[in-house]
Amino acid sequence: MAVPVRTKSRRRQQVEQAALYPLDWLEERSGLVGATKYFLFRKVPGDISWGHTLGSATLTAFLVQTITGVILAMYYRPDPDSAYESIQHLTNEVTLGWLVRGMHRWGASVFIILMFFHMARVFLFGAYKYPRELNWIVGALLLILGMFEGFTGYLLPWDQTAYWATIVGVNLQGTGPFVGPFLVNVLNGGAEIGVDTLARFYAIHMLLLPGAIFALIGLHLWLVIRLGVTSQPWSPEAAGAGEPEGPKPAREGLVRQSRGGGSE
Amino acid sequence: MEQHGPEPQPHAPPPSLWPVGFAVGVAVLLTGVVVGWLVAAIGATIALVFGFLWVRDVTGRAPHAGKPPPPVGARAATEAGHALPLADEGEIERFPRSRFLEGATLGLGGLIGGLITVPVAGLAIVPTFVGQKHEDVDVGPLEAFPENEWQVVTFMEDPSEGEVSRRTAFVRSNGELQGQPSLTILSNRCAHLGCPVQAAGPLDEAQKETVETSNTVVTRIPANPAAFACPCHGGAYDTEGNVTAGPPVRALDRYAYEIRNGRVFLTGAYSVGKVEGEGKDAVITKYDLMNPGLHVDGPSSLLYPIGPPR
Repeated sequence: MAVPVRTKSRRRQQVEQAALYPLDWLEERSGLVGATKYFLFRKVPGDISWGHTLGSATLTAFLVQTITGVILAMYYRPDPDSAYESIQHLTNEVTLGWLVRGMHRWGASVFIILMFFHMARVFLFGAYKYPRELNWIVGALLLILGMFEGFTGYLLPWDQTAYWATIVGVNLQGTGPFVGPFLVNVLNGGAEIGVDTLARFYAIHMLLLPGAIFALIGLHLWLVIRLGVTSQPWSPEAAGAGEPEGPKPAREGLVRQSRGGGSE
Repeated sequence: MEQHGPEPQPHAPPPSLWPVGFAVGVAVLLTGVVVGWLVAAIGATIALVFGFLWVRDVTGRAPHAGKPPPPVGARAATEAGHALPLADEGEIERFPRSRFLEGATLGLGGLIGGLITVPVAGLAIVPTFVGQKHEDVDVGPLEAFPENEWQVVTFMEDPSEGEVSRRTAFVRSNGELQGQPSLTILSNRCAHLGCPVQAAGPLDEAQKETVETSNTVVTRIPANPAAFACPCHGGAYDTEGNVTAGPPVRALDRYAYEIRNGRVFLTGAYSVGKVEGEGKDAVITKYDLMNPGLHVDGPSSLLYPIGPPR
C-alpha cells in the first residue's frame, strides 16, 4: 500500500466505503476476495514474455468451447434419425446459430493448436523441470483429453465425413495390441457403430470429458500458483548474472527461477 | 499413518504380494464376465483366496489371527487394541476413538463409493459386450443373382435400427458346386480401417432395384467391377477380395450364406486370410470375424489373441 500523498475528502471516503461494502461483506464471510487476489495478483519474474500468455490463451479457448457448447446443446438432438437435421436447422435457420456453431467448430482447432504452442513454450523454456514435473504430467493428460474431445465431437454432425472418420478413428484404436478389440466395443457401445453410439459420444463429449478437463485445469492452475512461473532460459535474472537494473522485480516467496538452460 | 510417539514398529503392514493376486483375480473375474462363466468362476476363486490371505496378513499381528474378514470398524478397533500395550511403556495413545471414526468414515465412504461405481461402470461397459444380437438377412431369391455377374447389394442388418445398420456386400453367383449354388459374397468393409470399399467399374444404375424381402429392404445394383478399391487410403482388392495394393492387412471379409426356399440369407460375416483360386473353386482361409486393421495370420495376429464375443 502506497502512502497517500494527500488526504481524501470526507465525501470520497464515504463513497469508497459504500462501494467496497459488498466486497468486504463477501470477504468477511468467505475469504473469496482474498483468494481472488491471491490468484490474480501473483508475483512473477520481471522479464516474462508474451510466450507466458499461451496458457491463459488455451484456458480462454476452452472456456469459449464450454460456453458455445452449452448453448449448442440446447438445439442438438443426439439421435441417429434427427442429429443431422438438427444441425442443419441450427446452422441455417436459428438466429446466430451459424455463428455459435462456427465458434465451436473453429474454436476446437484453436484450442488444440494453442495447447501445442503452450506445450512447446513450456518445453523450450525448460519449465517442466523440478519442481514442475507434476504440472507437465497434468498438462499431458489435458492434451490427451482435449484430443479425445476433438475425436468425440467430430462424430456429432452425423454427416458422411463424421461417420467414416469416426469409423477409421475407432478402428485405429482397435489395432492396439490385446485390448484394441475390446476398446472398439467400449467406444462404439457395441461391435459396430449403431443406434447408441451417437448418444454415447455426445455424453462423453459434453459431460464426461469436460468434467475431467475442468478438474485437471483446477489442479494445473493450483500448481502454477503454488510454484510460480519460470523466466526464459536466456533471462539474465534466471542465469543469476547480478541484479537487473531498475527496481527489484517482485520474485520473492515461492517464485523459483529456472537455471538458465546450461549457461552455468 | 501418523505416528504418535517413538514407536518401534509402524502400524502399516509390510508390503505383501496378496493384493497383487487379489487384483489379478478381480481382473480375471471381469474378463470372465465377457468371455465366459468358467473364467469368471476361476477369477472369483482367485480373488477370494488372495483376498482371504490378504485380510489374514493384515490382521495377522492381532490376537485373533486367521479369523474371517472383519468389518472396517472392527479392523480399526483391532489396530487400536494393538496399540494399547504401548501405553504401558509410558506412551499415551491419545486418539483411539478419533482414529476409529476416521477409519469408519473412510471405510463407509469407500463402501458407498464402490456401491455406486460398480453398477455405473458396469452400465457403461458391460452392455457393449453382451447381447450382440444378430439376425440372418434375406437379400432376395437366388434368381436375382445371375451367374458370373456382380451386384452391389445394400441392406439393413436390423431395420428396427434404421439407416445406421445399413451394410453393403458385393454378390456374385458362381453357378453350382456339387449340386449346391455357389456364391461369392464380399463385405465392402475395408480390411484396413473400415471405410466403404467401392466397385472399381461401371454400375448399372438404370437397373437399380429396391425390394422388400422377408426381413429387410434390399437395394441391388448390377455392376461390372475389374477390382475393388477403397477411397480413404487407397486399399485395392481383386475380385476375390485379395489385397493387390495399399495398406489392408488381409483380404476382404465375406458373408456366410444359406439358401432357404430358394432365397439367399446372409448368416453372418467372417474374416478371410487369403483366397486361392477363383469363383466356385476358391479355397478360402476362414477366420472368426475380426475388426478392420487386425492381422488374422502371421506373427502380428499374436497381438490379438482374444476378442470380444460376436
